[in-house]
Amino acid sequence: MSFFARFAQNRGALVGLIILLMIIAMAILAPLLFPESPWRMVQRPFLPPLSQEGFPLGTDTMGRNVAAGLMHGAWVSLLIGLVSTSVALLIGVPLGAIAGYYGGLIDDILMRFTEFFQTIPNFALAIVLVAIMQPSVTSIVLAIALVSWPPVARLVRAEFMSLRNREYVEAARLVGQTNTTIILRQILPNTLSPIIVLASLMVATAILLESSLSFLGLGDPNVMSWGYMIGAARTVIRQAWWLSFFPGVAILLTVLALNLVGEGLDDALNPKLSRER
Amino acid sequence: MSDIATETVLSIRQLSVALPKGADRALAVENISYDVNRGEIMCVVGESGSGKSMAANTVMGLLPKGVRPIQGEVIFEGQNLITLTEKQHMALRGLKIGMIFQEPMTALNPLMRVGAQIAEVFEAHGKLTPKQRQARALELLIEVGIPQPEKAISAYPFELSGGQRQRVVIAMALALEPVLLIADEPTTALDVTTQAQILELIRDLQRRRGMAVMFITHDFGVVAEIANRVCVMRHGQIVEIGEASEVLDHPQNEYTQALIAAIPSNAMPPHRETNTTAPLLDIKRLNKVFRSRGGWFKPSREVRALDDVSLTLARGETVGIVGESGSGKSTLGRCVVRLEHPDDGELLLDGVNLSQLKGDALRRERHRVQMIFQDPYASLNPRTRVGMAIAQGPIANGTPKAQALKQAGELLDMVGLGASAVERYPHEFSGGQRQRIGIARALALNPELIVADEAVSALDVSIQAQVLELLEELKQRLSLSLLFITHDLRVAAQICDRIVVMQHGRIVEQGSAEQIFLHPREAYTRSLLEAIPGRGASVAVTA
Repeated sequence: MSFFARFAQNRGALVGLIILLMIIAMAILAPLLFPESPWRMVQRPFLPPLSQEGFPLGTDTMGRNVAAGLMHGAWVSLLIGLVSTSVALLIGVPLGAIAGYYGGLIDDILMRFTEFFQTIPNFALAIVLVAIMQPSVTSIVLAIALVSWPPVARLVRAEFMSLRNREYVEAARLVGQTNTTIILRQILPNTLSPIIVLASLMVATAILLESSLSFLGLGDPNVMSWGYMIGAARTVIRQAWWLSFFPGVAILLTVLALNLVGEGLDDALNPKLSRER
Repeated sequence: MSDIATETVLSIRQLSVALPKGADRALAVENISYDVNRGEIMCVVGESGSGKSMAANTVMGLLPKGVRPIQGEVIFEGQNLITLTEKQHMALRGLKIGMIFQEPMTALNPLMRVGAQIAEVFEAHGKLTPKQRQARALELLIEVGIPQPEKAISAYPFELSGGQRQRVVIAMALALEPVLLIADEPTTALDVTTQAQILELIRDLQRRRGMAVMFITHDFGVVAEIANRVCVMRHGQIVEIGEASEVLDHPQNEYTQALIAAIPSNAMPPHRETNTTAPLLDIKRLNKVFRSRGGWFKPSREVRALDDVSLTLARGETVGIVGESGSGKSTLGRCVVRLEHPDDGELLLDGVNLSQLKGDALRRERHRVQMIFQDPYASLNPRTRVGMAIAQGPIANGTPKAQALKQAGELLDMVGLGASAVERYPHEFSGGQRQRIGIARALALNPELIVADEAVSALDVSIQAQVLELLEELKQRLSLSLLFITHDLRVAAQICDRIVVMQHGRIVEQGSAEQIFLHPREAYTRSLLEAIPGRGASVAVTA
């Protein structure tokens, strides 16, 4: 059975994949459907949804097109979510794996280092980092990655600690495999499930973190993001619900889709489940 | 016995229990009928998956989700237990029917004192005052023979040994003087000597109280020790039922005969030529101490796992290390394969001292000593295909991948699985087949020495016999040297040339298998031999 067929057996995952593809399509089609900058004021402000042709989702406090903002924002939100999560995984997984596998002094040193990051509140650290580096997509991605890797490291460390004394790992050690091979071939594949689940949640958190930063005015001034839209609409939520509602739904759907896809990947990667069905 | 054995306590009639869809068969048990009479011990014997526990679970109303009885009746004191509601079942459990489980540690609440757990049984059925409950708990603990019962009553389960915990579980089961006692593999998790004591206790209590006992086990040795009547089950059906002596001495059914024949016989180990060539493995004064890190207020604990252990093993010889849990036998095996680092002493393999090697130097020597692990489920990576699992050793040692995989196919053929197994994942195989894979993996590097740590103790008797046969055959063909670690003297007798008995990290006695069995010198060895279940009956069994 092919990988995709196994993946598609999980209905939820398929739905998630379709939603995710739609959001990606939105991001790609945005410049074609709304060639004008989403920052441009094109109509009078506070236009409700469906009240005027060309503005299906209405306009915001400054008369900018909400539909255009939503589609252009998809690109930024996805990019920031995926890239920052990947960077966080690149830091957290090796650190956690080494700490959990070797234990002892190495573990102590790496974990104290991790705790150093954990003692500072995530959001405060992210604000400081972005403020120092100047707000831009790169600095935001980096800041989010730097504040979100510690949980990955801790999770991977815990998984490695419980797996490193399994008999099949001992067997691998006995036949003379190197530590690197054992970490990569024996233990890491067995920790994939929790990592994938955590990663799909992290993408969601990253999107929300970016929203919070934009809300505080620390977003990239050149790109429209869902977070900025919600942040800007906060003060008028009672007069113009649609300004925060549509970007909010977009974030919700993206996060949901990512979780569903993560779960489907986990099923597809697990040889036991895939053959039993 | 016969005059009191007439009163039927539990009567199972044409019972069939259905398994959920997608299980390996439709019915867990099919059309089974048997009685359990007052004052007798009825043994239900079978291998794993035979459905031997299902009837007991039906009686207790403890069937797993999705499993339900579809036909027949279970009559207990005039009531059909199948039709009872959960509430009625609950009232019956503990009060009229007591149960003992396999694993005494998980059957007890780790955070409750022993006395409180026994008292809870009375409380659940609204009996006695709190003060009386404590008093009864103490009486019960005395009855089941726990040393220092006054202390034990306020102890937590972790402070007791495995045997003592099982005694507490028995005390709980007996608290309300049940008419029927169901014991589901109550001694499987225990050492031989402890097992003998617990069997003795159950038989003794059963006689004193005139209870009916339904005893579920996989071990014919235990059956010979304890049963009045036997019911042999296979694939959910009864293959044979009758008086214990009849079934054991004159089994009618082929399967029963095969099962009884598969028991490692302990009557007389076959005579073997002792090998006197230069030793392949020479262990000199090996020591290993485990230290647990102490906290601020607790001192660090030391356990001396190996205490000046010295022994030799000749090329082509099989040496058995026998001992109970905590004897240090596994630590010795793990030191020999260097999964543990011995504190001091020498471990000479063909003149090379393995004990002090480290890092890459150790990794390069590893292929010379391989290991077969105990648990066939835990010792294979669930995400690695079987062929790869076997080939990764040679690959790590420099064999090209294609060639290593081809060799893996040949090895799988040799252990009787067929080369087609290469492409499959471990979960597609049964326990016995997995153990064969483990053996193939150990052979892949052409090791000079193989350490088998309880390699057959997780398997059913008939499978165990097959795997032992395979090992024996491979040993002859490849002239393997084997260090065979086991808690089961019967198994050791079957395969070992020499036997080493260990206790508390020390070697108590060593000698040829014959010598250990027929002329044990040390008291501890004798007590181990006497504790083997079914030893008295074994002559009749093998005759």
